Amino acid sequence: MSLLELKNISKIYGELKALDNVSLHVDQGEWVAIMGPSGSGKSTMMNIIGCMDKPTKGEVLLDGVDISRESSKALTDIRRDKIGLIFQQFHMVNYLTAVENVMVSQYYHSMPDEKEALEALERVGLRERARHLPSQLSGGEQQRVCVARALINHPELILADEPTGNLDEANENIVLDLFARLHQEGTTLIVVTHDPEVAEAAQRTIVLEHGRIAREVINENFGK
Amino acid sequence: MKILPLSVKNLARKPGRTTALVLLTAFLALAVFGGSVITLSLRAGLRSLEARLGADIILVPSEAESKVSFRNMFLQGTTGAFYMDASVAEKALEVPGVEKAAPQTFLASLKADCCSVKIQVIGIDPSRDFTVQPWIARSLKNELGDMEVAVGCKVGAGIGETIRIYEQRCKVTACLEPTGTGLDTAVYCNMKTMDTLLAAAEAKGVSHRISSGDDSVVSAVYIKVRDGYDIGDVNTALTGKLRKVTAVRTRSMLTGVSDSLAGISRTVTAMIVVIWVLAFVILLLAYTLIVRERSREFAVLRLLGASRNMLGRMALYESAVCGLIGGIAGTGIAAVGVFSFSALIEGSLGLPYLIPGFSTILCLAAGTILLSVAVSALTSAFAAWRLSRVNPGTALRDGA
Repeated sequence: MSLLELKNISKIYGELKALDNVSLHVDQGEWVAIMGPSGSGKSTMMNIIGCMDKPTKGEVLLDGVDISRESSKALTDIRRDKIGLIFQQFHMVNYLTAVENVMVSQYYHSMPDEKEALEALERVGLRERARHLPSQLSGGEQQRVCVARALINHPELILADEPTGNLDEANENIVLDLFARLHQEGTTLIVVTHDPEVAEAAQRTIVLEHGRIAREVINENFGK
Repeated sequence: MKILPLSVKNLARKPGRTTALVLLTAFLALAVFGGSVITLSLRAGLRSLEARLGADIILVPSEAESKVSFRNMFLQGTTGAFYMDASVAEKALEVPGVEKAAPQTFLASLKADCCSVKIQVIGIDPSRDFTVQPWIARSLKNELGDMEVAVGCKVGAGIGETIRIYEQRCKVTACLEPTGTGLDTAVYCNMKTMDTLLAAAEAKGVSHRISSGDDSVVSAVYIKVRDGYDIGDVNTALTGKLRKVTAVRTRSMLTGVSDSLAGISRTVTAMIVVIWVLAFVILLLAYTLIVRERSREFAVLRLLGASRNMLGRMALYESAVCGLIGGIAGTGIAAVGVFSFSALIEGSLGLPYLIPGFSTILCLAAGTILLSVAVSALTSAFAAWRLSRVNPGTALRDGA
């Protein structure tokens, strides 16, 4: 069953075509990696899928709703209800503790529940660090908090932009293991990455070049 | 977790920034509250002086201006005395247009063994007085008896106590309400008591004799002009009729005070306006910088589902809390300063100074705090609104 469908989308900034007539289909529960060199349109695609931007042309169907025609307020609601975002720079709120960072996401979604937030931190192995501020956490720990924050509202889609870009190998493996668990639980994952090893962890890899899909690679070894 | 606690957490975990904002707002509140209290006190002082003088014209001996500035006696409480024949009051009543003529007699006590304290003693004739008597009546139901005195609020003697003036013991029967003028440092008695005190003063070498050698003297006669008569014409008529007497229009006496007050009031108001304009700009800049510094945080919150309104409210709460704390602190500090040093302020201004009543002060304090909160909220809301227009994805990329 399709969760996301991009239909001939383009994003044009003046003379520059950041995305040029791209079409993509992502099924529910699928794990897709998006790769490509700098300037290939990865971030633009992530912004459009993440309801942070709109395409100049084309349609973006998320769970059957064309988000390319929605208002800014509606996009905020869709993002809050359906998408969990993870960034390379972590982007934690620096004056809130780990558990409070998770609870902020709950607050804007529905109702803060500290017990549930602590359980989410437990899932990422950070129950003991719940009362620490971001400045007291390592990069890997901060990213794991962000994973907990992204999944706390049970989103249909986890959208991660270079989630392991600032992590060492050990922490990269921890995050990929977490993604694997989420995938097994049925969560749809779209991971934007430069790293071929991270891309290989996904079921399918989309390679972007000059704003177009250059090729698509199915990971034959996925799940083995 | 609600927006308010989120705001409070941000303030608590950024103590340096929060302290700077609170101090800035406190400075604003201090300027407004302190400046306003001083201005209002000066205005109340002038109104009080007008009410206390209550006359259209005051007659004093011609020598009064050269001997001692009687203006200063009223305004600053300097002691002094001058005398003229008591018949001046009766003669004044013969001038067309004079409705009332109330004599007063002054006597300055000494800073010596014979006197408890150096003060100005003012004798009034309750049957003719129309300026001081209504004021005394608010504190004393009966008329002043012989060897009884009503004291100004700054004399420092309580009801039932006895004060010694030229070895004469006078019982305090009333403490008068403050006027903010030199009248607050004076002691009031009836004419019979004044005669006794004048005789006692003479025994100590303080003469009240005038060249005519008449025993019956007064220092000033307060004139009330009948309705329908021009005060200037009556003033001229009095000057023409009475020899060695100066007729002073109280309005002209108050004009100097009023002009000084208007000047000070303008200066204080201008200072307040300049401080507020400066502070408004500084606050706007400060909040713009802070909000810009927090652009990444705001973008993250937007991506987590916060609406523009929610972020606006969050910024508003934070600045309102800073404004509230700063407003209370600034108003409190200003209150301590203005009330503790009121005597010093009054002395250095040299003008009638009457601190407004508690309810006025309370309203002023509440208004100042509200203004502090409003300005803080307004400046931060504007900055937050501008930032909220930015796409969160762009803000995150640029702010990262």
